[in-house]
Amino acid sequence: MANLTLIQAVNDGLRTVMKADDSVVVFGEDVGPKGGVFLATEGLTTDFGESRCFDTPLSEDGIIGTAIGMAMNGLRPVAEIQFQDFIFPAFDQIVSEAAKLRYRSGGQYTAPMVIRTPYGGGIRGGLYHSQSGEAYFAHTAGLKVVIPSTPHDAKGLLIASIQDPDPVLFMEPKALYRSVKGEVPEGEYTVDLSTLRTVRQGGDVTIYCYGAMVPVVERAAAQAAEQRGIDCLVVDLRTLMPLDEEGVLEAAKQTGRVVVVHEAPRFCGYGAEISALIAEHCIEYMEAPVRRVTGFDTPFPNTLEHHYLPDDRRVLDAIESVYDF
Amino acid sequence: MTDMLTVLAPDGATKKGFEAGLPDEELLHCYRTMLLVRSFDEICLKLQRAGRIGFSIPNLGIEATQVGAASALRKTDWIFPSYRDFGMALYHGIPAVEMMHNMFGNAEDSAKGRQMPVHFSFVEPIHFYSISSPIGTHLPHAVGAAHASKLRGEDTVHLVSFGDGGTSSLGFHSGLNFAAVWKSPVVFLCQNNGYAISCPSDQQTASDGYAVKAEAYGMPHATVDGNDLFAVRQAVLEASERARRGEGPTLIEAVTFRMGGHSTSDDPTKYVPAELVEEWKQKDPVDRFRRFLERKGLLNAEQNEAMRADTLAEIDRAAKAAEVTAAPGLETIFSDVFAEVPAHIRKQGEFLFDLSQRRGEADAGDGEFPL
Repeated sequence: MANLTLIQAVNDGLRTVMKADDSVVVFGEDVGPKGGVFLATEGLTTDFGESRCFDTPLSEDGIIGTAIGMAMNGLRPVAEIQFQDFIFPAFDQIVSEAAKLRYRSGGQYTAPMVIRTPYGGGIRGGLYHSQSGEAYFAHTAGLKVVIPSTPHDAKGLLIASIQDPDPVLFMEPKALYRSVKGEVPEGEYTVDLSTLRTVRQGGDVTIYCYGAMVPVVERAAAQAAEQRGIDCLVVDLRTLMPLDEEGVLEAAKQTGRVVVVHEAPRFCGYGAEISALIAEHCIEYMEAPVRRVTGFDTPFPNTLEHHYLPDDRRVLDAIESVYDF
Repeated sequence: MTDMLTVLAPDGATKKGFEAGLPDEELLHCYRTMLLVRSFDEICLKLQRAGRIGFSIPNLGIEATQVGAASALRKTDWIFPSYRDFGMALYHGIPAVEMMHNMFGNAEDSAKGRQMPVHFSFVEPIHFYSISSPIGTHLPHAVGAAHASKLRGEDTVHLVSFGDGGTSSLGFHSGLNFAAVWKSPVVFLCQNNGYAISCPSDQQTASDGYAVKAEAYGMPHATVDGNDLFAVRQAVLEASERARRGEGPTLIEAVTFRMGGHSTSDDPTKYVPAELVEEWKQKDPVDRFRRFLERKGLLNAEQNEAMRADTLAEIDRAAKAAEVTAAPGLETIFSDVFAEVPAHIRKQGEFLFDLSQRRGEADAGDGEFPL
């Protein structure tokens, strides 16, 4: 066991699979000698050589398009998109190509690849270094969407994603890169790609969250317990596609009071899917309407980002509103 | 335009001292493949007009580019085709019936009826990569696959084919740029057939032809007469050898002409001047190659007629076999999304099976396609 930050756990995960499997190649903008703008790939070119970890021209479409070609021809590409905000030139490659390749070729061609990308706010990055676009991708058939919130899960989910036979969008909460630390096992281990994690047990209110919102929700849940004696069941979804649907419904039934938290905008956001699932399957258990705590339906602001991002005040507000309903 | 490589004159004559470098049976195979493409088109047009298939892509005029390029490749090479390239698959021995299964979208189709007609996918006896409808997206795929071959030290060549319209796409730029920087073993084959659906070349680019675009990427290029099978073959052979030697990619522009519509749903008389079609008919690639074979004494009129009839019969048999093959089962809607069917998709499948049992299957509709 080592005590690592989330970004160190990502680096450790990459090293672990690169050691075990020669077909794993890591590439993207500035990921080579520089080690990536966040240093996720630090030292990989030095330690594994430039044929295993290399820089690409500045083209997201080219990075993902070539990754698809490598994947169909025997490599296990791990492509980095420097900021999730820059992924959209590659949207066609991800949605029309990588995600549909197995289906459209009847399994003759497949794209076992991982796209790693930092997402979310909290670094004063403004409109184009802060977005949470998971809903665009979770909506796409044939693509897995994974978001870790702890160093342990970052490594285990990343290894599972690289070993997975299908394309995985691996979204890393950049706000947590260096702000969380935790025990990370040495060597290879995986975390299952469709099992949620129960962060905190409780019988009063269920809160669903993922990524950078997990510590925010944990703080709010602690305050709810302390101030009001409300026991929250906190669930980290970890894999948005495929979702642990059974686990989600089970958690809702345990309390009948639900809050969903994400930093992405609300409209057609991931919380809408969770809310709809609960409405469809748990109506007889519900004691209160589902509340969503999300980013606003605006572009992501810079100076006032702390007002845009859900914080413990807003989560606590929602917890109390469903509890008191 | 830059100098265009031509070997074969419209009357079938070749330059003095020209050696095809192909055995007679191989020359006849090239010719027969072009006839197969023509027969495939003819029969598909009839099937589409009769409402038995929904859509087809004609190749009239492009046959020599397809077959000339394919003839320069080995079975271990990969083809990343556009939707107007299936002569390359036929050349390498992919049976016509396999293609007809796709045209009918039946249970034997390699894509299990999920794709529109002409969106083939094959891995044997050559990799003929699964065709996508968005334009130009497959160029970076060829570069990535080539990069994988190169990292393993193989001498595999990856040929990617696209039209003049494809040169305006994002994938053209990223594909050529990445391939040039990485020195990937890729042959980029631009089939300049005059039109991107209805849009003529002068509305597609302001540059002097398409091959010249390679210069900005630091890549060698060639412009060839696309209606001359030998010229296309020679350019692709040279580019392939360069790629095998580790010297990187080449852009080849094959200048040709689509003498039919974009698809069976298109009426080209609305936008192609009749005199232009007449002009290109004089340069018909199949007639040209036939005259070459006749001059060489490899084919006479009678043998030609027999070969044409034989290819029509082959395609007709393929179509009949495909038409009576059952439609894919409902489960194929839900399989192959992921390697394993996840719980939520399994539930949706179970719902559809149950609904179909209780209320009967959905109405298929008329399947008319507008493009």
